[in-house]
This record gives sequence, C-alpha cells and structure tokens, in this order.
Amino acid sequence: MVKRIYIDEDYCVSCGLCQVYCRTEHSEYDDIIKAHKKEDSEPVSGIFKEEEEPSSFAVQCRHCEEAPCIDACITGAMHRDPETGSVVRDEDKCVGCWSCLMVCPLGVVKRDEDEKSVAMKCNLCPDKDTPVCVANCPNEVLELR
Amino acid sequence: MGEEERSVNQSYLPSEFSVVREDDRCIRCEACVNQCPFDVHEYDAEEDEVKADESKCVSCHRCVTICPTDALTIKENELDFRENAHWSEESIKNIYKQAESGGALLSGMGNDKSMKDYFNHIVLNASQVTNPSIDPLREPMELRTHIGEKPEKLEIEKEGGERKLKTEIPPQLELDIPVMFAAMSFGSISYNAHMSIVKAAKKAGTFYNTGEGGLHEDLYEYGDNTIVQVASGRFGVHKEYLDAGKAVEIKIGQGAKPGIGGHLPGEKVSEEISETRMIPEGTDALSPAPHHDIYSIEDLRQLIYALKEATEYEKPVGVKIAAVHNSAPIATGIVRAGADYVVIDGIRGGTGAAPTAIRDNVGIPTPLATAVVDQRLREEGIRNEASLVVSGGIRSSADSIKAIALGADSVYIGTAALVALGCRLCQQCHTGKCPWGIATQDPNLTKRLNPKVGEKRISNLLRAWKLEFEEMLGGLGVNAIESLRGNREQLRGVGLNEVDLDTLGIKPAGEAW
Repeated sequence: MVKRIYIDEDYCVSCGLCQVYCRTEHSEYDDIIKAHKKEDSEPVSGIFKEEEEPSSFAVQCRHCEEAPCIDACITGAMHRDPETGSVVRDEDKCVGCWSCLMVCPLGVVKRDEDEKSVAMKCNLCPDKDTPVCVANCPNEVLELR
Repeated sequence: MGEEERSVNQSYLPSEFSVVREDDRCIRCEACVNQCPFDVHEYDAEEDEVKADESKCVSCHRCVTICPTDALTIKENELDFRENAHWSEESIKNIYKQAESGGALLSGMGNDKSMKDYFNHIVLNASQVTNPSIDPLREPMELRTHIGEKPEKLEIEKEGGERKLKTEIPPQLELDIPVMFAAMSFGSISYNAHMSIVKAAKKAGTFYNTGEGGLHEDLYEYGDNTIVQVASGRFGVHKEYLDAGKAVEIKIGQGAKPGIGGHLPGEKVSEEISETRMIPEGTDALSPAPHHDIYSIEDLRQLIYALKEATEYEKPVGVKIAAVHNSAPIATGIVRAGADYVVIDGIRGGTGAAPTAIRDNVGIPTPLATAVVDQRLREEGIRNEASLVVSGGIRSSADSIKAIALGADSVYIGTAALVALGCRLCQQCHTGKCPWGIATQDPNLTKRLNPKVGEKRISNLLRAWKLEFEEMLGGLGVNAIESLRGNREQLRGVGLNEVDLDTLGIKPAGEAW
C-alpha cells in the first residue's frame, strides 16, 4: 500500500517547522537560511499548517488511490510512481496549466514560480530515508506509514 | 484599597532579559511568534520584521529551541544598577514589584538563592588495591530497593524438608531503581506531564506520586506504579482513589513552602482539574496550612490507621514533611505513629506556586535533614520500622547516591523530571502559562508535551542514572544499593566546618577509615 504522512493532531504545536523544512528540501539550497533568503522566488512548501486554536494540524498530499490530479493532467507530468505508488510530478513534462490545482480536493498542490512555472506538491522526499517534515517535527507528531 | 486604586500607570521595573535576534539568520517563519505564550515576539508585516517586547520575556527558551535557524539568543538585561553590596538588584526589583502590585511575591519552582550546596561539598570513595572495585558491565549490580517497614528479625520454619519464611513481611513498594517521582499534582502540572511521568515510572519499575490533586480517571490503570497522596485539602480523595495506588502518602508539608498548604491558582483549574479535584472550575484551590484533623502525633496516628484500615493493611502508608529544625524528633514521632515510610523534603524542593519569601527562607537543606533523621531513627532503634525517602533539589545520580549514603532508602525527583521534559526553570509555573506544556492547563500549551516524547525523555534520564549508579557503586566495591544506605564511611566532606561534618556524620576529606 502507498505510504502517507499521518499526523497526531492532538500534539501538533503549530510551530510551522514542517513548512520551513519542506520549503528548504524543495529549494535549490540545503541551507534553511539560503533557501529562504537567496532563492529568486519565494520557496513553496508541500505541507500546510491549518490552525484554529487550540487545534492545529498539517496537511499534505494524500496520494489518493483515484487521484483527480493525475486524471486532470494534460501532459502526463502528474503520474503514479510505479514502485512506491505515490503520486509524483515530472518537472520536465509539467507545463504549468494548473489543472491539478483546480481539481485537488485538499488544495495541497501549489504553483512554484521558480525559473519555470510548475506544480509543486508533497513527493514524500524520495531522496531521504524519512520525509523532512517527519524527521524535523519537534513534537514527533508526523509519521510516514 | 481595591485593585483599581492599587494599580500604577508606569512600571519602574526594567526588562529582565534582552531578546537578541540576528536578522541575517531570521527567515520570518514566525515560529517564535506562535510559540511564545507571553506574546514577546510579533511579526510586523509592514516592515517585514520580527520585533520583540522584551519586558514580557521570562527566558523560557521556547523560541530559542524552536527557531530553525538559531537566530535567537536571550541574554540578561545588561542594565546595571549602581553597585550596592547590601541592596542587590533583585531586592530592589522585588520592592518595585510589590510597590506596583501590593501582593505577596509568588514564584514557581524551588529556592534559587545562593546557599551552601552540601551535595557539592561531599565526595564519594572508590576502591583502590586493597579492596577490589566491581565492573558493572561484567558483574551483576543490584539497584532494587524496598520501601516499607522491615521486621526486626526473620523467623524461618521447617515444613517437611523445606524451609519457609514464618515472619509476615509488611507491605512494601518494590523499586527497581531508588528514584521515584515526587508529588506533583494534576493541576500544578498537565495531564500530558502526568502521563509522561507515569509511563516512565512503569517502564523503569518505580513509582510516581499523584500529589494532592486526585487521580485522573485515565491514570487508574497505572495504579501499580502509583502512590496516592492525601493532603490537607483532601482534593480528589475517595475510596477508589485510595484503592488505586500501591501506597498512600499523607502530606503534612513540602520543602518549597513549609508551614503552608498547597496553592493552585484558579487560572489552572480547568474543567478536567475541577472534575478530578471535585471543586468548581476557575476557583483557587488553597489547601489549609495544617490538616484540620491533625494537631499532634496522636492525631496523625489516627489518620495513618484510618488509611490503613481503609486499604486493609495492604499498602504502606507514608508521611511527608518539610525539612525543618525539628525534623529528626518529628520523624521519630511519625515512625512511632505507624508510618511505613517518611519523606523529608528539603529547602530546595520545587513547587508550582509558593510565596517567594517562604520558598527562599524557610526550611533546611536536604543532605543535613537526611543525615539527622537517619541518625535519630538509628539511635532510637526504629530505623527498620520505616523507610526514609528524601527529596528537594536532587539533580543527578550523584546527588541521589550521596543522599542514599547519608541514610535515605530512595530519593524523589520532581524538578529533574520536569527538566527532562523541557523545563527551563523560568519560574512561571504559577502563571499557568508554561511554554513547555508542563505546568499549565491551557489546551494551546498542554499539547506541546507529547507523552510519547515525554516518556522517552524521562525514561532515558532514568536509564542514564541507572548506568551511573552502577558505575559509582562498582567503584566503591559495592554490588547492591542497599549496602550503601547510611554507609557514611563512603563519604567525605570537602570545605565543610566541624559542625557541618558532625551534623552530616561524615569525616573530612583526607581522614582515613
């Protein structure tokens, strides 16, 4: 089964560090400060903090079994990774038509205007053992399972 | 004068701390803004700048810890008062505080004043040549301790060919490590803090104490690792509560505020606290200074036996007192009144709220109290009738082992456990705004303490202390903690005067056996 990130929202402290680390991971820099200060356009996160005190939680792509973004994609950029089953985007194929943005029921696909306009969403950090949001959550409320 | 007439427009108090932000490192993520319960940080969108109102900063370090780019430092405000050997900065500031509020100064946590630290003036022995030390990595090391009355002698009878213990052993608490978690009520600390502590206690094979706030219904399942407390306010005390724990403890006093009762500000009396304590929401929970049914040792005996009756003599009943001038004779009275263990809480003991004047000036240091109580019980030949648990300022395995060598069976830790959970001793417990989710009932803050993480942190602390205990015992050539109890020959004093050495019952460093 495809892995997803789950949150224990009872203990989400609303610090927003998941977003900071996500933005950094998806920027061209490894360094948090450089990612946020040097990148030409504002770095985009694939995880979003929602808050209504005292509740808060972070939401990101659920890698839907029947993914509307894949169906809506006009170029085949948005596709299912045959190995992991997660929904991922091929940057080279993406033309920035935003069809995926419009159909995503959770609103977790965003525009990334860096160099080329492309759709940006959680890709579960394929280069890392653990997605950066999970690895850096100070209260250990995010889990990949 | 009403509150309105007392208030003043201009505070003369300077900020206690400076918030230093390296703007080059700040990425405007606003984590500091959303983490500070005192509203120190604020993001100014117009200027794209994060600003700080330093007057509100208490140096809790929540922002410093959370900041992903290490852009923040908190420093003491460098503002110097004109030097005055008698009028310290603190004494001047305290007068401003009182002149502006008209209230008694309140504090959280324990006494922070400079005072001779006896633990730091005591050193341990180690085996060299003539008596071999023990390697705990290769040989068994026993840390198990039993809390409760011990029989004077053991009678063995033969049944068939087998030998059997004839003497009936009074009820005991069995500790796998001689460290328990001190009474911190549900109210003074959060549900998540209690949950973290009780889970760690279970894992380590030790006990935590409910404090005087009753027991949350979710925690009844951890009864095998629970000591239930009965204090002067009798909050949350009923039959099921007494039955829930493995021991019952009567609290007469605590080291942070000897002579006065528990104090839970109304800000912390949430719906859940109100249900558990059986008091109205939002009201101050002020325990009476004395138990109104205890005015003598004889009265105490009545309560001890009432609790023993109520629990069918199946649980040890202990009595906790603050370490004061007369602790030794009082302790013998407590033991003769039937207590199975005595707790002595020294002047460094912590609290969720206490008048600062009392916290900092009333009571005696834990090591001295430990030594005199143990000595007195031995002299009267009743040391076996009760165990001795000491608390108040225990910071490390070394403090614990010194307390045990001075005569304690076990120590209680409170502040040390909270520090493991993130506490920075910012002393704001009484405000109910604990930035670490420990000493608060605000749901925005309590969720910051994830019991999953809390349990790990406290369990790790106990594991580390266990390893250190074993190393220190091994070095002494002792393979069981019970062989060290009251073994003051293993201690020496450094930089202590004759009276101190005599009170502690130890020799000066340099003097051989």
